[in-house]
Amino acid sequence: MKRVVGLICVLAFASVPLWLRDPYLLNALITTGIFIIGAMSLNLLLGFTGQLSLGHVAFFGIGAYVSSLTALGFDVGLFGDVHVVHTPWPPIVGFVLAIIVAGCCGYLVGRLSFRVRGAYFVIVTISFAEVVRLVALNWVELTQGPLALNNIPSIAIGLPGMGDLVLRTKLQNYYLVLVVAVIAYVLIARLVHSHYGRAMRGLMENETLAVAVGIDVTRTLTLAAVISAGIAGAAGSLYAHYIRIIDPDIFAFINTVTMVIMVVSGGKGSLAGPVVGGVIFGLLPVVLRPIMPPEAQWISYGCVLILILFVLPRGIVPSLAERLMQVRARIARPVVASSIAKERA
Amino acid sequence: MNQLLQHLINTLVLGGTYALLGIGLTLIFGIMNVVNFTHGILYTFGAYMMFIVVHQFGINFFLAIPLAIAAGWLLGAAIDFVLLRPLRGSDIDTTMLVMIGAWIAMQSGALWIWGGVAKSISNPFPDAPLVLGPVSVSWVRLFVLAAAALLIVISYGLINRTKLGRAMRATFQDHDTAALMGVNVGWIYTSTFAIGSSLAAAAGALLGPVYVVFPQMGDLAAVKAFAIVILGGLGNITGAVIGGFILALAEELGAGYVSSGYRDAMGFLIIIAVLIVKPTGLFARAERVG
Repeated sequence: MKRVVGLICVLAFASVPLWLRDPYLLNALITTGIFIIGAMSLNLLLGFTGQLSLGHVAFFGIGAYVSSLTALGFDVGLFGDVHVVHTPWPPIVGFVLAIIVAGCCGYLVGRLSFRVRGAYFVIVTISFAEVVRLVALNWVELTQGPLALNNIPSIAIGLPGMGDLVLRTKLQNYYLVLVVAVIAYVLIARLVHSHYGRAMRGLMENETLAVAVGIDVTRTLTLAAVISAGIAGAAGSLYAHYIRIIDPDIFAFINTVTMVIMVVSGGKGSLAGPVVGGVIFGLLPVVLRPIMPPEAQWISYGCVLILILFVLPRGIVPSLAERLMQVRARIARPVVASSIAKERA
Repeated sequence: MNQLLQHLINTLVLGGTYALLGIGLTLIFGIMNVVNFTHGILYTFGAYMMFIVVHQFGINFFLAIPLAIAAGWLLGAAIDFVLLRPLRGSDIDTTMLVMIGAWIAMQSGALWIWGGVAKSISNPFPDAPLVLGPVSVSWVRLFVLAAAALLIVISYGLINRTKLGRAMRATFQDHDTAALMGVNVGWIYTSTFAIGSSLAAAAGALLGPVYVVFPQMGDLAAVKAFAIVILGGLGNITGAVIGGFILALAEELGAGYVSSGYRDAMGFLIIIAVLIVKPTGLFARAERVG
């Protein structure tokens, strides 16, 4: 049943470019899709291990920079005369490297910051993202600093016998993002339903108890952090090769907040939550743009976040699921009542 | 050597206002267990109040500072009433996200009302700096240091000598027992948030005339305040004061001897280092939970 629903959703998303011809909306959908991938990776940490990482944009940005620098090449002087020179590699290699490097950063951050919990974990992750942003801003030789990395090549996929397929148009990028999003979704779903996933949820519910039954806390949390960071890195790489220009503003805190809003509004700890929340909040600016100035847009963004936390603290998907359960129970109840009555009789 | 002396003087001036920011946040964080992302906005708000009172109402500079602090107190009380009161007892992540929402909305509001162009506040002090041998310091900065020191002493007195302060300390130690002893914990929370907010506004009102005023000025201030709280240990006011001066010193030395681009990275590096090496803060007395 769930598979059928999933397949229908994927087909519905895949059919969008067939009836949607507006390039502006398609562009909004592509960036939204990229942020949904980021939100899904954040949900793995926030929804399934209970750790709120507010530095998630660091992995996204690291992925973007690694991928672009791999594709563009660089020449950096270290300690005076020693030069590290890198000649450009195909962007698809950059995409893979982005996942690997972001995953390694996830490992480091996880090992170091899972010593603290709650508010302290949040503050460490924010600090990490800000340090990375300042490095990207100040290491001009490598990152061009505020001048931004320009002319990032589009991702090209080598097809056997047909040469390279360069994904340059919006249509092609839409399907690329969709494919990566589906892979990320399936990967997260498999992980969550494995015994690692059960260990993660056990930790979230009651850490002391989880430790007592033999769950290795640091190992489980670090695994989640690595996979989460890797997926965020993939999203960052897609972003860089689609937008084709990146600057240190990619590390802005507001990007993390966007992902957090997507997860929290859709429902943390629900696989479909980030997708639902992402579609709503990704397209909200498109709706608001014609009717209000940008500052007012951000004000309503903040207010909507507060409202959702007050009204639907668990998110849209879990609340709807609960409502559905209640309706089912109401339909089922008379049957149960009558069967009990029969037994008594 | 002369350069070092100059850095130390700058540290003193900067450290005083950092300490104010830190005391405000450590009170809120320690007593209410709220990760207050609006702290930076209160700092910005204090600076803008200063600008409005001095330049639009034409009121005396020295009178403007207490007015800005009072405005910060009112805004803090309002935030607590509207946003935090209904969320008492909910988990820390929820209140944190609500505070992030409030921060985004209020910062964009500031941008909308006052525009993105930086504004400067004129001050009644002479332009020529006070020169003491090899070092020089402007009069307005000296005034900022003195005012910050006075406010730190007032906060100390408030926490350690008054009935309200005793109730706040009791609530910090154990809010259930404090409630059983007749402390109105709900009002203590509101007062704590208002006092903490007014201290942030005070820091903004004092530093506003030294630098320039713009809507995003509070973002870094908020992170610095977090660094100070973590350095000093949760709810520890002495720790926050020392932490404020340590952060100012690290920034001055980092900017002077490493690279000015990394000045603002110092706070973050301190946060990461302290939480990894000694998560309870450098001057912790109370055991940290969670």
